[in-house]
Amino acid sequence: MASLVGSRVERKEDKRFLTGKGRYTADINLANQTYAIFIRSPHARAQIKKLDISKASKAPGVVSILTGNEIAGDKIGGLIAGWAIRSEDGTEMKCPANPPLAKDSVNFVGDPIAIVIAESLEEAKLAAEMVKVDYKVLKAVTSTSDAMKGDTIHEGIEKNLCFDWLLGDRQKVKEAFDKADKVISIDIINNRLVPNAMEPRACVADYNSGSDEITLYTTSQNPHLSRLIMSAFGNVAPEHKLRVVAPDVGGGFGSKINVYNEDIVCSWAAKKINRAIKWVAERSESFLTDIHGRDHVTHAELAVTKDGKFLGFKNETIANLGAYARVFGTVTPTYLFGPCATGVYEIPAAYSNVKAVFTNTAPVDAYRGAGRPEATYTIERLVEKAAMELGIDRTEIRKKNFPTTFPFKQTLVHTVDSGDYVAGLDKAKQMADYDGFESRKKESESRGKLRGIGVTSYFEACGIAPSAAVMSLGCGVGLWESAEVRFNPTGQVTVYTGSHSHGQSHQTTFAQIAADELGVPMENIDIVHGDTDKGTFGMGTYGSRSLTVGGIAIVNACKKIVEKGKRVAAKMLEASPDEVDFKDGEFVVAKSNKKKTIGEVAFALYLPGSRDSDFKSPLPEGEEPGLKETSFFDPANFSFPAGSHIAEVEIDPDTGEVKLEKYTACDDFGRIVNPMIVEGQVHGGLAQGIGQALYENAEYDETGQLMTGSYMDYTMPRADNFPEFNIGYTCTHATTNPLGVKGCGEAGAIAAPPTVMNAVIDALGGQEITMPATAEKVWKACKSMKKSNAKAA
Amino acid sequence: MKSFNYHSAKDSKEASKLSSSNSAFLAGGMTTIPSMKLGLASYKDIIDIKGIKKLSGIKVSGKSVIIGATTKHVEVANSKDVKKAIPSLALLAEGIGDPQVRNRGTIGGSIANNDPSADYPSACVALDAIVHTNERKIEASKFFKGMFETALKKGELIEAIEFKVPEKSSYQKHPNPASRYAVVGVYVAKHKNGTIVAVTGAKPCVYNDKDLSKALDSNFSANSISGMKLKSSDMNSDIHASAEYRANLVVIQAKKAVEAC
Repeated sequence: MASLVGSRVERKEDKRFLTGKGRYTADINLANQTYAIFIRSPHARAQIKKLDISKASKAPGVVSILTGNEIAGDKIGGLIAGWAIRSEDGTEMKCPANPPLAKDSVNFVGDPIAIVIAESLEEAKLAAEMVKVDYKVLKAVTSTSDAMKGDTIHEGIEKNLCFDWLLGDRQKVKEAFDKADKVISIDIINNRLVPNAMEPRACVADYNSGSDEITLYTTSQNPHLSRLIMSAFGNVAPEHKLRVVAPDVGGGFGSKINVYNEDIVCSWAAKKINRAIKWVAERSESFLTDIHGRDHVTHAELAVTKDGKFLGFKNETIANLGAYARVFGTVTPTYLFGPCATGVYEIPAAYSNVKAVFTNTAPVDAYRGAGRPEATYTIERLVEKAAMELGIDRTEIRKKNFPTTFPFKQTLVHTVDSGDYVAGLDKAKQMADYDGFESRKKESESRGKLRGIGVTSYFEACGIAPSAAVMSLGCGVGLWESAEVRFNPTGQVTVYTGSHSHGQSHQTTFAQIAADELGVPMENIDIVHGDTDKGTFGMGTYGSRSLTVGGIAIVNACKKIVEKGKRVAAKMLEASPDEVDFKDGEFVVAKSNKKKTIGEVAFALYLPGSRDSDFKSPLPEGEEPGLKETSFFDPANFSFPAGSHIAEVEIDPDTGEVKLEKYTACDDFGRIVNPMIVEGQVHGGLAQGIGQALYENAEYDETGQLMTGSYMDYTMPRADNFPEFNIGYTCTHATTNPLGVKGCGEAGAIAAPPTVMNAVIDALGGQEITMPATAEKVWKACKSMKKSNAKAA
Repeated sequence: MKSFNYHSAKDSKEASKLSSSNSAFLAGGMTTIPSMKLGLASYKDIIDIKGIKKLSGIKVSGKSVIIGATTKHVEVANSKDVKKAIPSLALLAEGIGDPQVRNRGTIGGSIANNDPSADYPSACVALDAIVHTNERKIEASKFFKGMFETALKKGELIEAIEFKVPEKSSYQKHPNPASRYAVVGVYVAKHKNGTIVAVTGAKPCVYNDKDLSKALDSNFSANSISGMKLKSSDMNSDIHASAEYRANLVVIQAKKAVEAC
């Protein structure tokens, strides 16, 4: 049987999704359900003086209106930060309480203060308009760079500073800089993004008074984790009385990791009113209240010798957390960012210092790439600038500083198990026809256009897992993953995974893996996920961890199945287990034609006896019947995909429009399970990364109003913004897992922003501009370029 | 969305009779319905005019193209007659919004709404159009009054738009990358008796740029307007484009339009 791992198997989930048979949270309707609308703050920062629900409560169809007072009265807990970060001076981070419904003060536009529950959505909306809130509006703090100078948002958190974190050695860095021939420095902004999953958030909460159980259907990337948080910190219900189901989920990109206010409030309120409650976000609510991504202001420096060797690296960053610290809010700008900021280079001394600040804006948390795009942007912009200032080819300077032996002990934290950065860059250059750029540039210039080329070499740390490692860095939970593999008596297989698919195609790739391990046809394997009542506890999907952690748990559970099968087959075939080999779904006694299929063995395990066998069990003595195995996998290390990307842009100096002409991505994801699905992941990541570089920007005004709160103003890139992506791979197998796989979900979003910006800035003759490189910004840069050229002439 | 009374009018007369100070005509609904959904607008009565047969259709003669008010963008874009008589008009229609919008949105709805960054108003001005209503005929130059404001009176219904066939013409726009509305759109039309350069997106209301028109009248070439600096003080400025940038775009798009004529 040919291996399914490595082949372009069509997606099992496509038929369901493409024919409208998916089942999303908004598709779920329960008998006698009510509808919820949340009353949200229209102000970025205010005190709630008075909340008057008297008129609204009497409006037609209203079932109940609940506020921050009731939820506080019932001692329902708020939202939490999942990682505890310590400041350089050893003090613990300072986080404000984040109640599910604000009682006294609101801290960003969209902060919920009450829930209106009615018989119909329309009645809920009409009643919501009758809720009167008297606010005392306070001056909002919205700027990332000035947040520490603003009014104190949360009592007791001075300078709005959550923590002032350091990774690395300042003294060593100082010494390195003292020895440098040249110091390259940049000031960059990593623009704030709105994740914009295709499916807006939603939840349906149900309560059964007979069993005292709450069931929450919600748009989550990690239902088990949501249940744990809602139970342990939210006090909503004990875990065994709370079922969380995340059915089909239409995209997450990190925005659906968090437990949100609405999840907690609807679950709590459903029990209170003893009826089901449905809430579905409108797109404008998603813009305002989904977590946002990025939002860093960074000053970074690279100490170099005149021949281009890197000696030291400094990174001083202010990271905007928004109004509250959420699940991955504090780790994203620290351990997911700082270690990766030295990139794929051997740099003897480095530090990253991050000040995380609160502002009156939507909470910022993990968004595709989470910290690594910001890190890669920092180092790759610096390296490109160093090449320009030193007059060294941008690819040569990179190669000069690549590690050439693995494992590679990176300057800060990580030991990278495997990779070949030189091969990746060489292949990318060849794929992109790097050497032909000058002639393409001349051709563009003959048409009055500017052309630029940009390169990025990246690595990233994903597959977030080793529990001991992440917990030592402040994570509140272990990040292993579980799998359960269950045979039916008639030979089909159900695989339960703690990972969650919201676009990742687990139904297909996980079935490919299990099919290879068990020798069972893929169509006889079902993947089940997303329900705390089905399968064991799991940590969910984010940080490109599903395959490298969850997938390996499946492999290991399958191996246990095969081990048990061997013992039983041996007994059935009257051989010793050592003599039995397993291949392509068959247990074969060595040097014989005696064999049993895995289906026959499963059947025997469920029906261990027969009419004629005279009490003789086919099972070895002491063997339990049934065929089901569980595995919890906690890998030895993160996963370290890497690669080199090359972009070419053409700029119309009359309008400043940037056209992305060519984009080449050459990635090393280790062994690839399904090339088609990996291509999809790369394409999606690139679209989001290019979106950040050229189009997307979440912009607040001084009063804290989101000015880009709809698709009229927030530029989501579209297909016609992209060229056909040129995608290739190099392959070094990961040594930290039995499949040799590495994460691929975030690479595009990590590598694309610096690649595209390096190309834009190259076209502009080295003039720095900030992301997104909108037409007007580029036009202005073109004008000043013309001026300085005229002066030079 | 608040509830409302829905009426389907059988002719213009009935539509007009049903209208009040708290009603809206509904054609494609591309602006009215989103505004109602967002709570920005609410009406007691919605008067659907899509069923009025007389209001839809395209008639082309040697001198003019007459397009019924409820004719959809897709119909204009695909009309062989329009493509032949005024190709730039068909191209403009093809560039409005996205396929869903073009399959629903109507020309009458677009010009009655007079969005400062809509495409059609520039065609009306550049092609010296006459707006036929159930009460009168209004010249395009007098029809567009200001931001979202037209010469239409309450209950007055656009029935058709009559475009003058120019010698040559072209519409060029710099779309907003988010909404794809025009940041600036310039419609250049060379008529026997002179050139009109209609600009949308740059100011609160579509206008004929007299400086550009004059320059092109004396010499219809891109060179004649190249490098012209327009006054930007009365141009729109927002997060997408400053007034200065818009002023530049008007000249650049006008040049492109002349080159494409």
